[in-house]
Amino acid sequence: MEAIASRIIPSDETPGAKEAGVVYFIDRALVTFATDAQKVYREGLPGVQAQAQELFPGVKKFSVATTEQQDAILDSLSQSKAKTASSRRNRPNIAAQPFFETVRYHTIAGFLIDPDSDRRGNRDGVGWKVIGRDSGHVFQPPFGALDKDYPGWQPASAEKK
Amino acid sequence: MTADKVQYRPSDEVDFVIIGSGAAGGILAKELSTNGFRVVVLEQGPYLTESDFSHDEIKVLQEDLLTNHPKLQPNTFRKTPDEKAKPQRALVYGRAVGGTSNHFTANFWRFHEIDFVERSKVGVIPGTTFSDWPFTYADLEPYYTKVEWEVGVSGLAGASPFDPPRSKPYPMPPLPTKSNGVLFERAARKLGLNPFPAPMAILSQPRAGRSACVNCGFCLAFGCEVKAKSSSLASMIPLAEKTGRCEIRPNSYVHKIEVDSHGRAVGAVYFDAKKNVHLQKAKAVIVSANGAETPRLLLLSASKQFPDGLANSSGYVGKNLMLNSGGISLGVFDEQLNDYKGFAVSRILHDFYELDAQKVGFYGGGGLDARFDMTPINFAAGGGLPPDAPRWGKKFKDTIAHNFTRTVEIFSHGTSLPLENNSFSLDPDLKDAWGLPALRMTYKDHPDDLKLARWLNQYGLQILDAAGAKQKWTYPIDEQQFAVHLLGTCRLGSDPKTSVINADHRTHDVKNLFLCDGSSFVTSGRGQPTMTIEALAFRAADRITALAKRGDLNA
Repeated sequence: MEAIASRIIPSDETPGAKEAGVVYFIDRALVTFATDAQKVYREGLPGVQAQAQELFPGVKKFSVATTEQQDAILDSLSQSKAKTASSRRNRPNIAAQPFFETVRYHTIAGFLIDPDSDRRGNRDGVGWKVIGRDSGHVFQPPFGALDKDYPGWQPASAEKK
Repeated sequence: MTADKVQYRPSDEVDFVIIGSGAAGGILAKELSTNGFRVVVLEQGPYLTESDFSHDEIKVLQEDLLTNHPKLQPNTFRKTPDEKAKPQRALVYGRAVGGTSNHFTANFWRFHEIDFVERSKVGVIPGTTFSDWPFTYADLEPYYTKVEWEVGVSGLAGASPFDPPRSKPYPMPPLPTKSNGVLFERAARKLGLNPFPAPMAILSQPRAGRSACVNCGFCLAFGCEVKAKSSSLASMIPLAEKTGRCEIRPNSYVHKIEVDSHGRAVGAVYFDAKKNVHLQKAKAVIVSANGAETPRLLLLSASKQFPDGLANSSGYVGKNLMLNSGGISLGVFDEQLNDYKGFAVSRILHDFYELDAQKVGFYGGGGLDARFDMTPINFAAGGGLPPDAPRWGKKFKDTIAHNFTRTVEIFSHGTSLPLENNSFSLDPDLKDAWGLPALRMTYKDHPDDLKLARWLNQYGLQILDAAGAKQKWTYPIDEQQFAVHLLGTCRLGSDPKTSVINADHRTHDVKNLFLCDGSSFVTSGRGQPTMTIEALAFRAADRITALAKRGDLNA
C-alpha cells in the first residue's frame, strides 16, 4: 500500500504520502469511516499484483517494481475515471468506486486531512505545507498578494475621478 | 444555564410545538417564547455545540456530522414522473440543532422588489406555475432589517446601485476584503459592472457575546467554533432558552401531525432517540422542517380525513420544487492569493439581477460572487483542479502545490422556474431507518434555467479573463440532480386551490397548523434563500402572535 500511495503523491524535494503517514491513515480509515472499502482493497490488491506480472513478467510484486514500472501499472488501472456530479463536488461519492479511485481518494485525504484530527494522517502537517496552507486555524488579514495593499471599497464614481 | 432550562412533558399542552430548529424554526422559537408563549421545539438531529464542531473533512463531509445521513435517511431520484426513481443521494440539509444554518455559506442577499411581483411584470410562462407572492418587498422589509440586526449580518448599505430600499444600515461593516474580492472588483469594473461588498451572516465585529470571524477557512459545510457565523444555534436558540418558556428537544424525529375529529392539529408524534413514540400536545403546530421534510411530514400525516396528506386539498404539497440555477467557473492566477483563509465571499455583483428576456432569449436573472470555498481534500481530490490536470503522481502533486493558494471560483446564482412536476414525494418502496417511506425527488430544470446558468457562467469566464487568469475553465452545466436549496414545496398564496399556506403562513385546510421555511417560497429569488427564510420567520412570528392574542387559533 505504501508503494502505491507513494506513486500517487511521491516524495521528492518535498514530503509525500510516505512522510505524511498515509498508510496509517488508511489502516484506520478501513476500520472507521471506510469499512465499506475493505472489500475494494481485498479484491483490488491482488489485481495490482496480477497487473504487475502481466505488464512486466518476472516482477512478482508491485513494491519491487521500478518507479517507472509502478507508474505504468497504476496508469493502466486509472483509466476508469470516477464519475462525480459537479454539483456534488463538496461531497464526492467515495463509496462503490473502483480500486484505484478509492486508493487515490484515501491517499489524498491522508495527505491533507486536518493534522489535529484523530485520523492519523497529514503527520506534522506536511501535506498542508506542500500545498502552501499555513498551519493553524486563526488568521488575520491581509491574507494574500492582492488584499495586502488594497485601499478599501470605493464607489465606482469616486474611483473614476 | 442548564438549571433554568424548562422541560415539558409530552402530555403538557404547550402553546406551540415547532418542528425543526433551523433558520426558520430557531427564529420562531425565539420570537414566540419571547412573546410569552410556551414552546417545544422538536429537532430530529442531536444538540451539538461549538465544541463538537470540527475541521476534520471526513467527519463533516463523509460522516455527515451536521447533516442528513444517506444510510439513515436514504432517498431516491428521478427526472420525470414517468420514470422509476432510483436510490441516489439527491439532497443535503442540516440535521442538528440549528439545522442548515450551522453550515451555510452565509451569503445573505435580500430579495429585491421584483422577486415578489415578477409574474405580473413578465406575464404567464407557459408550462410553469410562476406566480406572484401574496405580499411585497415593502411588507417584508422591516423583517429583513430585523434579521440583519438580531441574527447578525455584515455589509455596506448603499454600495450596490441595484439594492432595494432599506430602513436601516447594516449593524456591522463588511468582512475584510479577500484577494479574490480585489481581483473580482477590479475586473468587474473594467467590464463596466458594479461589484460591491457581500452581505454575509458572519460577524465582522464581536456582538451579543459572540466572537468576530477568526478566518479559520473551514466555513462552507462546517460549523463555526467561535459563534461568528450567524446560525440559529449561535444567535436565536440561546435567547429562546433564556426565556424559560422554550424547550429544545433534540433527537426527536417527528413523523406525524395528529389531528382530531374536527380537523384540528393536536400535536406532533415523534420517535425519541430510543425509537419510542410520543405525542407532544400543543394548541398549534408549526412545521419548519425544510423544503423536503416539511412536505414529507404532511404526506406522512395522511389519514381517512386527509387521504392525500394533511393540508393538501390543493394537491400542491411537495410540488413546485425549485433549487436555484447556477454554475461555477474557476481560474488560476500567478499571485499567491491565499483565499483559503477566511469566510468564502467578499465581493458580489447584481448587474444581471433582472435580465431582459427579449434581449437574452430566456427568462431569468441572477448574481455572481468571487469565492474560494474548498477545503484541502475537496480541492485536491477533484473539485479544484482544471479538467486536464494530472490526477496522481509528481505532476499532480506539483499542481496542487501551485494551485491551492492561487485558485479563484466565480459562482453564479440564479432563478429556477416553478414546475408542477418538480417535487418531493414519498417513495413507494424505499424506507428510512425508522421504517418510514423515504423522500423521492423528481427534478428536471426548465430549459430557461439552464440557459441562464450558461449565460451567467460565460460572464464568470469574462471576469476571470479581465482579472488576468492564467488558466480558466467551467464546470459543465448539466440538469441538476443534487439539491441544497429546497424551495417552493408548500407555497404561500391567497388562492387555496394553488397554494398550501396563506399570507399568515397558516395552512388553508387546518386552522392551527402553520408552515414556515424554504417550502413557503413562491418564486426562487436569485439564489441565497436563507435571508428570506429568516425574514419570513420573523414576519410569521408576528402574524401568529397576533392571531393567538385575539384567540383566533382556537376558533
